[in-house]
Amino acid sequence: MSALKNPQILLASNLADGEVVFLGPSGWERDHARARVARDKDEAAALEAFGKAEIAANRVVDVYLADVALGADGAPTPMHYREKMRVKGPSVRLDLGKQAAGAA
Amino acid sequence: MTAHDPSLARPNAPVTTYRYDDFDAAFVRERVAEFREQVRRRLDGKLTEDEFRPFRLMNGLYLQLHAYMLRVAIPYGTLTARQMRRLADIADKYDRGYGHFTTRQNLQYNWPKLVDTPDILEALAEVEMHAIQTSGNCIRNVTADHFAGVAPDEIEDPRATAEFLRQWSSAHPEFSFLPRKFKIAVTGAAHDRAAIMVHDIGLAIVKNDAGEIGYRVVVGGGLGRTPFVGKVISDFVPRAELLAYLEAIMRVYNRFGRRDNKYKARIKILVHEKGIDEVRAAVAAEYAAMDRSVFSYDPAEFERIAAFFAPPPYEALPAESQKLRAARVEHPAFGNFVEVNVARHKTPGYAIVTVSLKPIGGIPGDATSAQMRLLAEASERFGFGELRISHEQNVILPHVKQDDLFDLWRMLDAAGLATANAGLVSDIISCPGLDYCSLATARSIPVAQAISKRFSDLSRQRRIGKLGIKISGCINACGHHHVAAIGVLGLEKKGQESYQITLGGDPTFSASIGEILGPGVTAEQVPDVIEHLVDFYLAERREGEAFIETWRRVGHARFKDVLRREGEDGADI
Ligand code: HEM
Ligand code: SF4
Repeated sequence: MSALKNPQILLASNLADGEVVFLGPSGWERDHARARVARDKDEAAALEAFGKAEIAANRVVDVYLADVALGADGAPTPMHYREKMRVKGPSVRLDLGKQAAGAA
Repeated sequence: MTAHDPSLARPNAPVTTYRYDDFDAAFVRERVAEFREQVRRRLDGKLTEDEFRPFRLMNGLYLQLHAYMLRVAIPYGTLTARQMRRLADIADKYDRGYGHFTTRQNLQYNWPKLVDTPDILEALAEVEMHAIQTSGNCIRNVTADHFAGVAPDEIEDPRATAEFLRQWSSAHPEFSFLPRKFKIAVTGAAHDRAAIMVHDIGLAIVKNDAGEIGYRVVVGGGLGRTPFVGKVISDFVPRAELLAYLEAIMRVYNRFGRRDNKYKARIKILVHEKGIDEVRAAVAAEYAAMDRSVFSYDPAEFERIAAFFAPPPYEALPAESQKLRAARVEHPAFGNFVEVNVARHKTPGYAIVTVSLKPIGGIPGDATSAQMRLLAEASERFGFGELRISHEQNVILPHVKQDDLFDLWRMLDAAGLATANAGLVSDIISCPGLDYCSLATARSIPVAQAISKRFSDLSRQRRIGKLGIKISGCINACGHHHVAAIGVLGLEKKGQESYQITLGGDPTFSASIGEILGPGVTAEQVPDVIEHLVDFYLAERREGEAFIETWRRVGHARFKDVLRREGEDGADI
């Protein structure tokens, strides 16, 4: 079991509507706080393998792992500003994207 | 009976736009039906993403940071009021109530669902619009001067040529899988408003000594990772030879353009690596060897197309409107609008109006569906129902009676669309950057907003004068930062957004690529840096000199010095 530099979560885009989704405990979630966290390389590989299968099942596209920081409650927040943006929505339109629905 | 039958004309159809014939209409309808089937098969799982991607890209559908994005072509930037209304309706029904006008005279929807896209394309097809060739390695939407047909300095309306080229290039079997995307721009005027020097092929309509109309052809310009100003491959190609000549260029590019490296695949690299003389010789050889009969020029066909762009039924008016003169004096805000956003028209008594989509602090190029409808309405009341989209991300009303300018201004002003900043510091071109674009390395819109707010005082902007600021969120340069007087490029440095400033870019016939000012700065520092540069320019400029002229005379080094000194003062730039 080899360590990861940072914990990771799996992101993707939903095929039918393009919305950003996160792999949760039992399937794709729209709220990143519910994403399943990989803490070592094996867990990350398992997330990726799941993602590949989901691509093959034509449910999602553009699947990848992103580094996260864990809050006190254990909820993950992406570390890079690109994925920080993806979990919310455009920073210039707070009325759009997930942030508008209060998920972020 | 054809679609050109006058009895079939739409009641509000302006006479100055191309109208589909049966062939065009059937072609677009078939493409929509085909895509509907492809989407169905994708959702059913019969097509994988790898199989589907080329199909969606052929129909302008991308996958972005938060959602899909659909890019709709606005050929040579010309729209009818009816088309503009349809764009608004689509924004409401299938998107989130707005659209983004781009530097390539396209409209991008940022939130369409894959499942809705066929319906959107169908709604577009009903008003003779589509998203074909707005993506992929083909000849893209042909762009043109947004003052086409009305500019006083015009030799000929470039839209007839652009439409002629569109018909030649649409679904061209040989050029649907080029090494890379291919962009053509056309201008017909003494001033280049279409940035033809930085396109794969730029065409300038010219008249030779014998008075014949032809084209100066420029190839190998482009921005992106390796920016180049194009080179003249021919000073004069007669109209009768244009298609065959362009076909020869395309074949040479298709054969010799690099396919081994995406970053080196544009024709600009071919021109750079081989040299323009060798490329010219190769094109001449191809031209001589090819069967040109299939491109034999039919003047009647060109005239048929050109007839669509005939001037609207203008009234005979005095050159100067007394009403306008009085209103300018009485309403200074209107006077400023006229001074900045209204341009001279070739027909006496008329004017060209630029409606800025850059309100102070706004998102450059965004228009809400309500604004789109208002602009459609304004064009019908005051401009023969015709609109243009400029590569500067603004909307143009090309045929407004001077007598009507005040009423138009009041209508625009009430809707927040009368910002008098066309061509000034806050008329900023900005790509969507990391707020939407999956390729971005930094945001660009918030930087544009911050600069716009810093220079919010419009009278100060007028004192500064013409100054193009252009921002891109990555090296692809969709925001044209390389050809800005002041360019801003968003990059990533050590996990942070960082911005590189360039000076001295020029998108016109005297094109030049901007020079880098120094190390990158943070987003917060960008307005400060620009303010220092502007102050230095104001101190140095001679009577009547634009920023770029002062920069050229004074030299890059001294502009750079200003910032170095600022840095030593502790400004940390
Ligand atoms: C889905 C979003 C977009 C993607 C994926 C995209 C992709 C690209 C890429 C890869 C390039 C570089 C081409 C090269 O290397 O030569 C490029 C350049 C360019 N794009 Fe975009 N772009 C996007 C959005 C836009 C937008 C919003 C605009 C207009 C505002 C635009 C207009 C341009 C222009 C004018 C260039 C400069 C090309 C040149 O002259 O070489 N693109 N784009
Ligand atoms: S310049 Fe980069 S960030 Fe901006 S739209 Fe183009 S590809 Fe996206």
